[in-house]
Amino acid sequence: MDINQYLEIFIEESLEHLQELNQSLLDLETNPGDMKTLNEIFRVAHTLKGMAGTMGFTGIANLTHQMENVLDAIRNGKVEVNSAMIDILFECLDYLSSSINAVASTGQESSSADAIIASLNGMLLKKPEAEVKDEDANVDIKESKMKFNQYDDSIIKKAIQQNMGVYKITLVLSKDCMLKSARAFIVFQTVERYGEIFKAEPNVEDIEDEKFDNEFTIAIITKEPEAMIKKELESIAEVLEVRFEKVELPEEQSINDIDKNINKEKEALTASTEEKENGDETRGKTTKMGKTVRVDIDRLDNLMNLVSELIIIKTRLEGVGTDSKNQDMIEAVEYLERITTSLHDAVMKVRMVPVERVFNRFPRMVRDLSKNLSKDIILNMSGEETELDRTVIDEIGDPLIHLIRNAIDHGIEEKEERIKNNKPVNGTVNLRAYQDGNSVVIEVEDDGAGIDIEKIKRKAVEKGILSSTDANELEEKDAVDLLFNPGFSTADKISGLSGRGVGLDVVRTKIESLNGLVEVENSKGKGSKFIIRLPLTLAIIQALLVNIGDEKFAIPLNVIRDIIEIEASAIRNVHGQDVVLNRGIVLPIVRISKMLDVENAVSDESEELTAVVVKKGEKNAAFIVDSLMGQQEIVIKTLGKFLSGIKYIAGATILGDGQVALIIDSNSLI
Amino acid sequence: MEASIFTKQFVIFKLDNEEYGIDILRVKEIKEMMSITRIPKAAHYVRGVINLRGEVIPVIDLRKRFNLDEGNEDDNTRIIIVSVDDIVVGLIADYSSEVVEISSNAIEEAPDGAGTVDRNYISGIGKVGERLIILLDVVKLITNPAA
Repeated sequence: MDINQYLEIFIEESLEHLQELNQSLLDLETNPGDMKTLNEIFRVAHTLKGMAGTMGFTGIANLTHQMENVLDAIRNGKVEVNSAMIDILFECLDYLSSSINAVASTGQESSSADAIIASLNGMLLKKPEAEVKDEDANVDIKESKMKFNQYDDSIIKKAIQQNMGVYKITLVLSKDCMLKSARAFIVFQTVERYGEIFKAEPNVEDIEDEKFDNEFTIAIITKEPEAMIKKELESIAEVLEVRFEKVELPEEQSINDIDKNINKEKEALTASTEEKENGDETRGKTTKMGKTVRVDIDRLDNLMNLVSELIIIKTRLEGVGTDSKNQDMIEAVEYLERITTSLHDAVMKVRMVPVERVFNRFPRMVRDLSKNLSKDIILNMSGEETELDRTVIDEIGDPLIHLIRNAIDHGIEEKEERIKNNKPVNGTVNLRAYQDGNSVVIEVEDDGAGIDIEKIKRKAVEKGILSSTDANELEEKDAVDLLFNPGFSTADKISGLSGRGVGLDVVRTKIESLNGLVEVENSKGKGSKFIIRLPLTLAIIQALLVNIGDEKFAIPLNVIRDIIEIEASAIRNVHGQDVVLNRGIVLPIVRISKMLDVENAVSDESEELTAVVVKKGEKNAAFIVDSLMGQQEIVIKTLGKFLSGIKYIAGATILGDGQVALIIDSNSLI
Repeated sequence: MEASIFTKQFVIFKLDNEEYGIDILRVKEIKEMMSITRIPKAAHYVRGVINLRGEVIPVIDLRKRFNLDEGNEDDNTRIIIVSVDDIVVGLIADYSSEVVEISSNAIEEAPDGAGTVDRNYISGIGKVGERLIILLDVVKLITNPAA
């Protein structure tokens, strides 16, 4: 069977399951006794085991199998959930994700899971009644595979009552052993000289037919000492290894229980998938999954492109429609417009993904960070259900990681410091997402020390970015802004200044490349808040079309504050910058014609000027244009790789008449 | 090289009086001159972008790219749309009308310092009867930054 066609599905589904596992493990850590969480983890491990087994990834299968054993022991109260246990389970998770990633990139599992399996075994063996602490302590999982039924149990019971020893013996034959059944026969004969074999795994018929790999297990009752039998067996040719496991009755029963329970669980699982209304077991998530269809993102992009085309042609029809005297035509065009708008919304919704997808990796990160830095951090998340375009979701992960790391590493103080300042010992990081009009806002807020403005200023003066007089006059906002300066952040790393700045320039660049904004609210001693504002959609926006010279440009509507008329004579020059006073605010003037080298711009000469007031965070600027053409829904097209890095232009769009108009990147012009 | 002789097809176009050829496998289509939107702050040889059935495609002015004198654009002017990997660009040429087959043994290496075009962008000189055709290396032309 060619498994390649399933590989992609396997990887995707595994990653989803791992995500659930991550969440459940975190829940388990905060609430160790929660059976529901435990069952959830069990379910995920079991599903992964099945999937990996089918695909032939034995490492993953073995590990998840052993996880099941451990989880079951927890469930039966045989093993306690403590932080060491959680750590090991997280290790398992890490192994599984790296393994799945390896599968995704190379088609092969990553290195063997033996070490983790061994530590999982270690956890199992710590149970109170464990007495098997001799040299055979590191029991291979295969040995536990041998199951005793009630009949066997009674034999064992009787034997132990009669002071006989009960052992499980696993024999490993050498790989090139030619006549395995003959060897097995010799083994049986040898053993039967000393005791009685009452069970074999695989069973005796299979062993005689050579239906086993290189090892098999037998259970015996004997009066003779273990060492003697072992010696005898080891002297048989081609027997590589002989492992003894003493069987104790209570121990046996527990293993038996585990197996029974695993079987029960399996039955329960199949049952619960059959009857979906079993609400308690199957959570909302799993039921939801049944109704989804996996679609390649390329197909969605294609669909999106087609909708874009449709919108372009609709705009063109609108132009024709309004000229027409035919009432039917006008109505038809209006109807078309309504439909295309709904279609656009529908397609956009298909591409929308809840931010949860990014958020749910943070609890784990915060947990690890707080352990490493020995700070107690509480992470509060809200608004995980807020939706963003898939392309944006894929991009905002890294910037958010930067911000959260900064908040924990630099923002939140050491425990002693917090106590000294009458703050709760636990630091808090709030991660919020919500929709605000046409954009989505994500906030990262900490209750740490806040940004030390004086330190930034000092640093800036040291670095020669500012003169000391300028630094004194510098407003707090502008000082914070310095942190986003790429040169500044590197300097931070070297000097170890306990301010922010590590990678903040990267954060800003990334967010701005998504047409978003980063703002900072800071209050010294109380903490700081980083606010990321992202557009809901990247592909289709409302824009204002303007004329400058013979050229047409589009300005995204969401950055426009208002449109004003100004007299050329009202423009003043302050420090080499043209400004105009508007509603009591000094507005810097940006002459687009100059910035974009437009020839024959009317506004260069005329006395009455039209200005589009554009905002960038708290800042505003007046863009001088020749005339306004009107508002229109436009489809953003990139200029492509060949023209990457063009300044002041965010992309292009195709107008109703087929012409290309450029979209002005207002952020870079302010 | 002499061992295997094969023929390749080239799209021929003219700049001034010289003939140039582009491997036909690189050429997507040939368009008549259309309205071009200027891109500010782009390299001097980038004339702007065009709308090619809903896609925004950059257009290179080959005369400027090769530092030739400015010519007149008329009804014969064409935009040759070429693609290299996932980059699609248009090239403005004076005239383009034919496709010729050139066998590999009729292609010679470009002589040093000859001609007006930077040697880096020439993959060879093809001989078709008495005509000499400068064969352009489109990949280098598009991926290398300005000469």
